[in-house]
Amino acid sequence: MPVVCVRGPLRKLAAGHAEHELEGATVVELLRALELHHPDIGGWILDERGLIRRHINVFVNGERGGETSAVQRGDRVEVVPAITGG
Amino acid sequence: MTELVVGTKKGLFLLEGEPDRGFEIKRRAFAGEPVDFATRDPRSGRLLATVTSPFYGPKIFYGDDNSGDEWAQADGVALPEGGDQALERIWVIARGEADGALYAGGDPGVLFESHDGGASWEINVGLWGQPSRPHWSPGGGGLCLHSICTWPGDPNKLAVAVSAAGIWLTEDGGRTWQRGNDGLNPSYLPEEALADENAGRCVHHVERAPEQPERMFMQFHGGVYRSDDAGKSWSDIGGGGLPSDFGFPLMVDPSDPDSAYVIPLVADMDRVTPEGRVRVYETRDAGSTWTPRGDGLPAEHAYLTVLRQAFSRAAQGEQLELYFGATSGELFGSGDGGATWTTVATRLPPVFSVVAI
Repeated sequence: MPVVCVRGPLRKLAAGHAEHELEGATVVELLRALELHHPDIGGWILDERGLIRRHINVFVNGERGGETSAVQRGDRVEVVPAITGG
Repeated sequence: MTELVVGTKKGLFLLEGEPDRGFEIKRRAFAGEPVDFATRDPRSGRLLATVTSPFYGPKIFYGDDNSGDEWAQADGVALPEGGDQALERIWVIARGEADGALYAGGDPGVLFESHDGGASWEINVGLWGQPSRPHWSPGGGGLCLHSICTWPGDPNKLAVAVSAAGIWLTEDGGRTWQRGNDGLNPSYLPEEALADENAGRCVHHVERAPEQPERMFMQFHGGVYRSDDAGKSWSDIGGGGLPSDFGFPLMVDPSDPDSAYVIPLVADMDRVTPEGRVRVYETRDAGSTWTPRGDGLPAEHAYLTVLRQAFSRAAQGEQLELYFGATSGELFGSGDGGATWTTVATRLPPVFSVVAI
């Protein structure tokens, strides 16, 4: 199964675990599966439209991805806050 | 003892003190996070904070532990799933008249209600489903619902203000809503657009006079107004001594329905205090005349911006305390209804909101 990796406050909301093996064929399916297992993370990565929040980046095996990026067994999906702010 | 609950660009600050003896910063929470608005519900003692993480979106948190260290995320603070919009920010939380009732206003022009003191929320369907909503236009800060005026003793009556969709009124607890924009003059619109009721009515802040609830005061985007019919229609009271009719916050003395306070800024193209002087202007005759109240406030080379939620009060009448914060990180207070002022805090992050308890 693909692995979703979260850090910081997202890790806390996901029962303190950084890595989560989840089923799904796309990034958004994996993130929905993460919400299903850890409801507290609902609304933190995906907004009400089902879109990845603007200042969160997702990398699939080190390459920038999006909601519809395909994933397969063994892939590593990193969820990372963007380098923004003021 | 007065408590100041201060939302800033970099966290929530709790201060305690008295106007004539000074204030002390007691706690900071949500370090590094933008706290758009924060308050304490005096009925329950619960702290509530609206936090808009640039990464993780807007949330409401509440804390019953007086230390300000333990917080829980409130449920239900989101738009209906599957639509084409996302919640951008929560601008304000207001206490309702019913036990445990709270309201929260946000962008895009959305009202939430809580009936359990802020632990869970649901969207007000009547306002969310307004047929004209697709035609509402946002102000510079977004389509923000920033003012919520309850009616003392009657939970069915409510007025809310949306920038720039104007005033909305309900008398049936929020099931149905009517506009309340008669008399407003958005001078920034072309004349031919004025007939379009969806064209921007950029209300900046509204307060109700609790002792005479049909009376309301409004700071508009270029204009100060009064309503004597519960917000259905408005009269311009922006002359009479104000250096400018532009500004954001407004406050009232609850004991005097003829009273209002504004903090004028130069104009929409120069949103700083006029002439480099910080002054609060007071009316005690319902807006016929305005008097500057600036003794003790910066009087030279002071170009401050005071945002719409950054003005608050405690007590009333002769004991009226007024407090406001600026994006410069300064916080000012008065214990005598604005006659004299002291600096309550300096070097805070930019102040977004102030609530005095």
